[in-house]
Amino acid sequence: MVDSKQQWKAWLYLAPALVLLMVFTVWPIVNTVRMAFLENYSGLKAAGGAVFQFGLGNFQKVIGYRRFVSCLKNTVLLCLLTVPISTILALLIAVALNSIKPLQKALQTIFFLPYVTNSIAIGMVFAAMFNIVGSFYGTQNEIIVTAGIVNNVIQFFGGKPINWINYGSTYEANLLVMTVYIVWNALPFKILVLLGGLQSINKQYYDAAKVDGTSRRRIFTRITVPLLSPMLAYVVITGFIGGFKEYTSIVGIFGEKMGPPDDAGRLNTMVGFIYDALSTNSQGRASAAALILFAIILVVTMINMQVSKKRVHY
Amino acid sequence: MSRETNGTMHARNVQRLTAAQRIGKALSLSGTYLFLLLMALIVLFPFYWMLISSLKTLEEYRLSTPTFWPRMIMLSNYLDAFTTASLGRLFLNTMYVGLVSTLLSLVITILTAFAFARLEFRGKETLFALLLATMMIPGELFTITNYSTVTNLGWINTYTVLIVPFLVSVFYIYLLRQNFLQIPNELYLAAKVDGTSDWKYLWKVMVPLSLPTLISITILKMMGAWNSYIWPRLVANDEAHRMITNGLRNAFTETTGDVNYPVQMAAVALVSAPLFLVFVFLRKYIMSGVSRSGIKG
Amino acid sequence: MKIVLENLTKVFPSRNKKTGEEVVAVNNFTFTIPDGKLIGLLGPSGCGKSTTLYMISGLQKPTSGKIYFGEDDVTELSTENRGIGLVFQNYALYPHMTVKQNILFPLQNLKGQDKMSKDAMLERAYEAARLVQIEELMDRKPSELSGGQQQRVAIARALVKMPRVLLLDEPLSNLDARLRLQTREEIRRIQKETGITTVFVTHDQEEAMSISDLIVVMKKGVVQQIGKPQEVYDSPANLFVAKFLGTPPINVFEGRVRGEKLFIGSDGVLDVKGVPDRDVIVGIRPEGFVLDENGPMRCKPSNVEVMGRDVSVVSTHEASLNPQVRSIINADHRVDASAGEVRYTLKPHKVFLFDKDTEERILPEEA
Repeated sequence: MVDSKQQWKAWLYLAPALVLLMVFTVWPIVNTVRMAFLENYSGLKAAGGAVFQFGLGNFQKVIGYRRFVSCLKNTVLLCLLTVPISTILALLIAVALNSIKPLQKALQTIFFLPYVTNSIAIGMVFAAMFNIVGSFYGTQNEIIVTAGIVNNVIQFFGGKPINWINYGSTYEANLLVMTVYIVWNALPFKILVLLGGLQSINKQYYDAAKVDGTSRRRIFTRITVPLLSPMLAYVVITGFIGGFKEYTSIVGIFGEKMGPPDDAGRLNTMVGFIYDALSTNSQGRASAAALILFAIILVVTMINMQVSKKRVHY
Repeated sequence: MSRETNGTMHARNVQRLTAAQRIGKALSLSGTYLFLLLMALIVLFPFYWMLISSLKTLEEYRLSTPTFWPRMIMLSNYLDAFTTASLGRLFLNTMYVGLVSTLLSLVITILTAFAFARLEFRGKETLFALLLATMMIPGELFTITNYSTVTNLGWINTYTVLIVPFLVSVFYIYLLRQNFLQIPNELYLAAKVDGTSDWKYLWKVMVPLSLPTLISITILKMMGAWNSYIWPRLVANDEAHRMITNGLRNAFTETTGDVNYPVQMAAVALVSAPLFLVFVFLRKYIMSGVSRSGIKG
Repeated sequence: MKIVLENLTKVFPSRNKKTGEEVVAVNNFTFTIPDGKLIGLLGPSGCGKSTTLYMISGLQKPTSGKIYFGEDDVTELSTENRGIGLVFQNYALYPHMTVKQNILFPLQNLKGQDKMSKDAMLERAYEAARLVQIEELMDRKPSELSGGQQQRVAIARALVKMPRVLLLDEPLSNLDARLRLQTREEIRRIQKETGITTVFVTHDQEEAMSISDLIVVMKKGVVQQIGKPQEVYDSPANLFVAKFLGTPPINVFEGRVRGEKLFIGSDGVLDVKGVPDRDVIVGIRPEGFVLDENGPMRCKPSNVEVMGRDVSVVSTHEASLNPQVRSIINADHRVDASAGEVRYTLKPHKVFLFDKDTEERILPEEA
């Protein structure tokens, strides 16, 4: 059926994409696996003619690093905090949006706004909001000039200001700031998808529920959520994939130090670890870390899919 | 089924029920609006804070009781920001990279999507499945080798390095192929009967019919260039080729402590402005592209 | 329980903002639905029958007028407090729940003093399932059921809370012809067994005629006629009702009365005592024709359709307002379609005269 002329033509159409894919996608996959399994592989040394032994050394080293473990911990913690919070919040907002008529379009637009932002740029705004200018403890000659708007609000409601991201801030406070920012950033996409899902649910289910005198809570848990479960699964899976690749939002708030001034790298993530390894020319370790990241994402996605197969109702 | 139990509501006071349900409805509606408006306020607040802070004097910004509207509007902050971060150069660099890479990327995407949607060749399905499979792999895995590749090619600190490695997006190919497949086959057959070549059919029929998708791709690609950070920092962080996001981060390395926030916020506002303009005018295309992707930028 | 509809009116704001025309879906509907009867709301699409049903259910609020359930004014009462069961056109079965869960759902909503124990709920659910004969399907999902089975589940779900009123929206429209016949008998049986006042909406006159105690014929929001199916068929209030009821449909002619004799074309077909000379519209039921070599009504046969017991003669007539005249006669008679002419006498009680302008019936006169 397929004549050779058409074959030839098809490959011509595909040629630009395939050439680029070979160089920048296929070769990197092969090469990354290769480098990961060559002990202590380094681009610089390789250029100098060094020969590397095959082995699992890179993986063992990476896992042995305390910094790697802390990066992994940060990534996992941020995922576990931000994915459920943003999903639940987005679900509530989407359901509320779906139930109103006046202002619906305007509010929908507002909720989508954070999507079209630059994570670094708006991260700097969040940093400004959480920042404290001056010494927090006032031990030095500095005086507190401004405690940052977030702390101002806390004080207004009678709370104590917290050292969120400055010198001497706690890990928990840092993590909370990151959670707030990442959730803020993740909401628009989730709201968009969930609202789309809600709007495609047949209104008759709600009429039927109303006739039966179903309470709002029960309509939400027994009808809305199950009927929305495919969309929820989608949002959770993409949320986890994005969460495991978290990096720029931390750069946005903490800068490239990836932590408060007195503890650089405290909030570093998996991706950050890979780039750090890359910038010290330790391609072998970077590759091993990238493969570990890939494996984690794969496993988490598969677990998610298994769970949703049981939970997604139709 | 007996009818005895039917009387359950006879006993109830219909009028009281009517009143109660009216109050309940009003309460839940105002609760819904309260929640939505509160959330909208939280979502909008950073933008508001960015704008008013960017207009304040440093002294006013540092007041221990914050002001919610600048006492004196300092437009000079914007001038300062523009010169401190040399935003002009960064804008131009980013626009150049964005436009060229979008244009080339569109051409490649169109050609590839057409081959997968309309042409017949051996191994088509397998190849397409393989392409889709690569979407699962995190980009960092490619970056490691690509970094070496571009170094070996001598592309470091050139525009090429910012453009070429990301010209092919499997996701865009997938998106456009789906769109192409929706165009009825009869159109293609009719064009064949009329002696139209594949090439002409692609550009005269399929591309115009897929314009909304192509616009979505264009916007997402431009936004991607605008927001890209990691790769440019790695391979082209010199004055001549630096991109806007890196420039912003480089110019204001301090995020905590005693920073000149008004100027920094003015810079952030300037960098955000084009995105907002795009959003205001092309929201529809962004939203339709985004809801299918889950990819930012 | 009886349902009283009092001057019920529903006006929808115009969808087209420019013209600003409002749509009166239901206009001044007054009717008392007697207790324990099966009522068919009948009319072409857009006649307001579904809107009426939804107003009874409480899902839509009337623009003006009142609704009483028994003695209670329920006009402002929201749907969940009305104690109704509603079967939707597309059944609206929750796709993620099993049949059992679907049927249990309304019972689990009950609160306060109405709250039931798990066992009592299950018992009720099975009772409802037995009533519609789907006990063996209880653990299936709706997507695993046929259309007819889904319909039964929907009815069971509506019945399980023992509603005071059962409402059905186009209950048979999604079923194929064979199932439709079977299901409508089923609905009749269930209604008889439970004795629940039941209102259903349909555009299929045959369906409404076959099972209703009373039918309400509507057109453009206005009630045309209310009565027992046979009564409405035998004495339609106007041309619309006459045309809407009956298969094959009634034959309509231009006619005139001259000297107490009805003329269709040039044929004086029937004596009409006491009717002054005037122009009229004549409706003749297909079964109103009797084959008669010397009959006064002359038609040109074009086709003869044998339908077993009966024969349908398709012919033309110069005064006919339809392209064809269709008569149904006993199959014992032989009709030659190639003959130039077929002649009939008419059964007087199958012939109706309507005013040419108002289209109201003038003969036979109101009893």
